[in-house]
Amino acid sequence: MLNYEQLLSQTIQDIKPSGIRKYFDIANTMQDVISLGVGEPDFFTPWKIRNAAIRTLEAGKTRYSSNSGLLELRKEIADYLERKYALSYHPEDEILITVGGSEAIDACIRVVTNPGDEIIIPQPSYVCYEPMARMAGGVPVILETKAENDFKVTPAELIEKITPRTKMLILPYPCNPTGAIMEKEDLIALEKVLHDTNILVVSDEIYAELTFGKSRHVSPASIPGMRERTIVINGFSKAFSMTGWRLGYACGPREILKQVTKLHQFAIMCAPTTSQYAAIEALRSCDEDVADMIAEYDMRRRVIVKGFNDIGLTCREPRGAFYAFPCIKSTGMTSEEFCEKLLYAKHVALVPGPAFGQGGEGFIRASYCYSVDHIHEAIRRTKEFLDELH
Amino acid sequence: MRKQLLKLLNKNARVSLADLAVALGADEAAVADEIKALEAEGILRGYKAVIDWEKMDHSYVSAIIELKVTPKVGRGFEEIAERVAQYAEVESVYLMSGTYDLNVVVKAKTFQEVAMFVAKELSTIESVTSTATHFVLRRYKELDVSLAVREPDERGTISLC
Ligand SMILES: Cc1ncc(COP(=O)(O)O)c(C=O)c1O
Repeated sequence: MLNYEQLLSQTIQDIKPSGIRKYFDIANTMQDVISLGVGEPDFFTPWKIRNAAIRTLEAGKTRYSSNSGLLELRKEIADYLERKYALSYHPEDEILITVGGSEAIDACIRVVTNPGDEIIIPQPSYVCYEPMARMAGGVPVILETKAENDFKVTPAELIEKITPRTKMLILPYPCNPTGAIMEKEDLIALEKVLHDTNILVVSDEIYAELTFGKSRHVSPASIPGMRERTIVINGFSKAFSMTGWRLGYACGPREILKQVTKLHQFAIMCAPTTSQYAAIEALRSCDEDVADMIAEYDMRRRVIVKGFNDIGLTCREPRGAFYAFPCIKSTGMTSEEFCEKLLYAKHVALVPGPAFGQGGEGFIRASYCYSVDHIHEAIRRTKEFLDELH
Repeated sequence: MRKQLLKLLNKNARVSLADLAVALGADEAAVADEIKALEAEGILRGYKAVIDWEKMDHSYVSAIIELKVTPKVGRGFEEIAERVAQYAEVESVYLMSGTYDLNVVVKAKTFQEVAMFVAKELSTIESVTSTATHFVLRRYKELDVSLAVREPDERGTISLC
């Protein structure tokens, strides 16, 4: 009998699975659940994109691409980033095509982290940063963003977390699960703090297309002084409804990208070629499809925010991604209690805020990757649940 | 707001006034007024359901009829098109470019009825010079709505991404 515990890395064994696994298991097996629990677009990948991929399969274009990805795609990405976010990257050596934004995040953390290096991770945020930092031997330093600051990172909070060991700051905006974004002024203020440091920013902009209201997404790398210290992570999953294609990218100073590409070359070889061809089509001809999806998300966003506020769960206006993050403190329950009771009583599935970091306590994440009718039904059931509490 | 409102209604005409108001960031009364105005101006012409009749017992058949006609001096195709449009059996009438003139969608209970309608009514109109009837065998998509079997939500119920 092998001793697996002794066999497996201590680091991976010390990374605890999410505490709400049990709740997820119940939710995923229950029948007739009305769920606002999934952070994945309900739209199909636009047909143009699927069709372009089929064409390349027919033509037999199924070999490895270059390690960095198809140059044609990297050129399209450079154009796209320029026209959307005023960013300028050289397709030859400043853009790497990866297996989703996920691989890009992992690889960037790995190439800068020496054992004991500190990585500042604002939370509540997507769950991958902390485990990846640990696997790389880094020390995650959690920065809890506050509801009263609209879940933004403030200069004061950042200053407090910086030590001589700080290597990296993750900027997870637009934010899953809070829907927060960082405005230009907010980023300028952070730049002042970072100015004389040797800290790298990894900016996870996977939801960049999905911002709403007056001001649209501003990339930290577009702020004067920031480009040299920023790696921009983006991808096709959310903006183009291409989650299963597994395609993302990292852009940044060539000194860093060179090392990320080296790691990628050994670990991955290249991102899926078919997906890369599909992505070229996405960037070339899908502005209108994306605009339509954004308009639809925006409508759902307004419906869900009003819905929660109307039933007494305070919900600030999410400015990005596709999540509402209402506060449930008025019920006197913890987020997990609230979600579990609601699931059992009314078969509505939501994600408790603390799944994204302790700072999420008192909040729940509601995805609006669902039709308006579906959202209404979930809100109606939640109202019934709240009414029966009294 | 007009264009956005029309886009929303075109996608789903049953969205409540309240939801339309939320979606457009306007108040309900303003949306109601705009809809009335659009109706009065003849921009918003009607609201119809998309029905998969094959799932019902009393299904119907339809056909696309290609009509070649001799246009009337002075009135072109208007008069004949408007006349054809009068029939209850006629669902739509379009003036076409290409090898024929009017595209007429006809619906009735049976193939027989459609055939009789074409023979007795359409082809006897004086300016109609020829007809070609194409029966619809199956519908896959109607008014932007797919009639394919609905797949269950394969995303599962809950996830952290
Ligand atoms: C903030 C954030 N970053 C990255 C990812 C991973 O995206 P990808 O599919 O590109 O790997 C997700 C997925 O949910 C996310 O929410």
